[in-house]
Amino acid sequence: MPEAQDQSNRLLLSGNHAVSWGVKLARPDVTPVYPITPQTPILEKLTDFQSEGTFDAEVLTPESEHSAMAACISASLTGARVFTATSSQGIMLMHELLHYASGARAPIVMFNVNRTVGSPWGFWPDQLDSLAQRDTGWIQIYSETPQESLDTVIQAFRIAEAAALPAMVCHDAFYVSHSVEEVEVPSQDLVNNFLPAYEPEICLDTGIGKSFGAPVDQANWNRSRQEMAGAMATVEDIVNSTGQQWGTVTSRGYGALEHYRAADAEVVIVTMGSMCGTVREVVDTLRDDGIAAGLLKVRLFRPLPTQSLRQALAGVPCALVLDRNYSPGMGGVLHQELKSALFGMTDSPRLHGILAGVGGVNVPPSKIRHLVSQFREAEPSVESVWME
Amino acid sequence: MEEINYPDHGQFFSGHVACGGCVEALSLRVILNTVGVDAVAVVPPSCTAVICGGYPFSSVKIPVFHSTLESSAASASGVKRALLAKGKPDTTVLCLAGDGGTYDIGLQALSSAAERNEDILYICFDNEGYMNTGGQKSSSTPLSAVTGSTPAGKTTRKKNLIEILAAHRIPMIATASPSDLNDLAAKVEKAKGIRGTKVIIVLIPCLPGWGVADNAAVQTARLGVETGVFPLFEVEDGVKYTMSSGKKNKPVEEYLKVQKRYRHLSDEDIAAIQADVDEEWGRLTSRASASRPG
Repeated sequence: MPEAQDQSNRLLLSGNHAVSWGVKLARPDVTPVYPITPQTPILEKLTDFQSEGTFDAEVLTPESEHSAMAACISASLTGARVFTATSSQGIMLMHELLHYASGARAPIVMFNVNRTVGSPWGFWPDQLDSLAQRDTGWIQIYSETPQESLDTVIQAFRIAEAAALPAMVCHDAFYVSHSVEEVEVPSQDLVNNFLPAYEPEICLDTGIGKSFGAPVDQANWNRSRQEMAGAMATVEDIVNSTGQQWGTVTSRGYGALEHYRAADAEVVIVTMGSMCGTVREVVDTLRDDGIAAGLLKVRLFRPLPTQSLRQALAGVPCALVLDRNYSPGMGGVLHQELKSALFGMTDSPRLHGILAGVGGVNVPPSKIRHLVSQFREAEPSVESVWME
Repeated sequence: MEEINYPDHGQFFSGHVACGGCVEALSLRVILNTVGVDAVAVVPPSCTAVICGGYPFSSVKIPVFHSTLESSAASASGVKRALLAKGKPDTTVLCLAGDGGTYDIGLQALSSAAERNEDILYICFDNEGYMNTGGQKSSSTPLSAVTGSTPAGKTTRKKNLIEILAAHRIPMIATASPSDLNDLAAKVEKAKGIRGTKVIIVLIPCLPGWGVADNAAVQTARLGVETGVFPLFEVEDGVKYTMSSGKKNKPVEEYLKVQKRYRHLSDEDIAAIQADVDEEWGRLTSRASASRPG
């Protein structure tokens, strides 16, 4: 065990408060935030830290998520480490600026609590709010537990700053945001060693007569996106190496994809976020019953780890994708992404897409067991199907 | 003739792409040279964004962040907070926005920055419409003015942004005109020394947008001041009104008749505008009188 671990603290924390503890340890300079259920505990815990003198970031409380993200972008370009948090309608309102942030190559870290998007109004776990931002150029990582959310938000700063791309970390409303578990909070020294101060080579500052975001011609606009593609191509390796290094100092390692009893599995369940916890339990009981089941957890969704997904699923007879989201006219977003990722493979699994948990409906272990028996031997359909 | 007197530190370069005769470029030169080298600018889409220039050129010496149209005040807040975090509290953070980006789509962010009293200097180049997109109506377009989206003349009055900002009780709001560049420079200099949100609204007669002769923008702006259509004044802390120029000695018709956007007006229309300007002038000067000590 590394020595630093002795100074860590074990606290009973909700997922959202675990995020706030992680953010405090990451020492952002500027934090523009706007409240929204069920994100607000992240904001309130940070302002509690600020008022007790343990968090010295400049905290801005503007009139909207749109202005919060606008301030994030300009503060980041001015050389500050920047954090914000949002959810649902809030990330939707930010949409224009999410593109702007990645185009400006601003390594902002944002936490998004996955919640249904109106209409009708709802407050339930559903991942479409952030999945609908998949074309905005943000790195997207989905977390399963409060501990993972704390660990990942710290890693996200290193990942974003290394790739010069903004990163969002997401966890499910209530299932993770408000569920309480024992969380190991690492020491400040450990995090300081893991995450050095942010010192960009160039930033918006006096003495540097540079324009940021000025109009460009077609060739330079095209070049900006090719450069972004080059940066995106580095992200999976950065996520893996950062997760491994975190593992060496905390004993909790992470990767872009995570496998649970999947090596020899005949049926692999692919999903993201809190549903992974339920699937782990289902895998164990199916194994007890003699069915070789496994879990493939997609932790890094953008950039999609396409080659790793192909390797993970090559030769697997059957895979079930569980989507807690619905893209009208298309189906489950992860199902769609998997079909695209596995394109042209001769040994790809029979792939079934199931719209499970859309709108926050409960997906208990019994349902997942039922889905496995329903689809394990079935011929796949190109369309996603609704969970009964 | 008044001599224009401001320090030229070479903060604004020639060769920019403003329309020939544009007084926004002239005002920008005075503002940037008065603000000086220790400054960062936030520029939303606007004529100023075009004047500042496209990659890889820049007509201004200080660093510029080109923000989205509706977020200049929020973006300036972000720059300012980052500079504070980096231990640079004295750097001026300045917004250079148009009236569309200020009165309309940017008002929400500006109101919020003003409510937080962010330490920014917000300049609005008010050409009373979306002139950079070819001349459509904004909420700053005055009553009866013809624009691309009000071809028969606007049927509602110009939004009174100064009173909206005054209600936020920010330390300084001022109007300025390219006809009075020394006054503009003095107001920028004063704003530089104040911590908190400062807003200066500069009247910019738009040559194509208003239908003004290429050599007549300064004269038009001067008529705007002298007829009382665009009085020059300051509001401190939202309550203390001070007139910068006490005179209103010409009929509004002289201002209206040099602009094609008003050429459809009847004598009755002009009389109604005159009555409105007189009433506003009376309200403003009585506020200024009430603000004077003793």
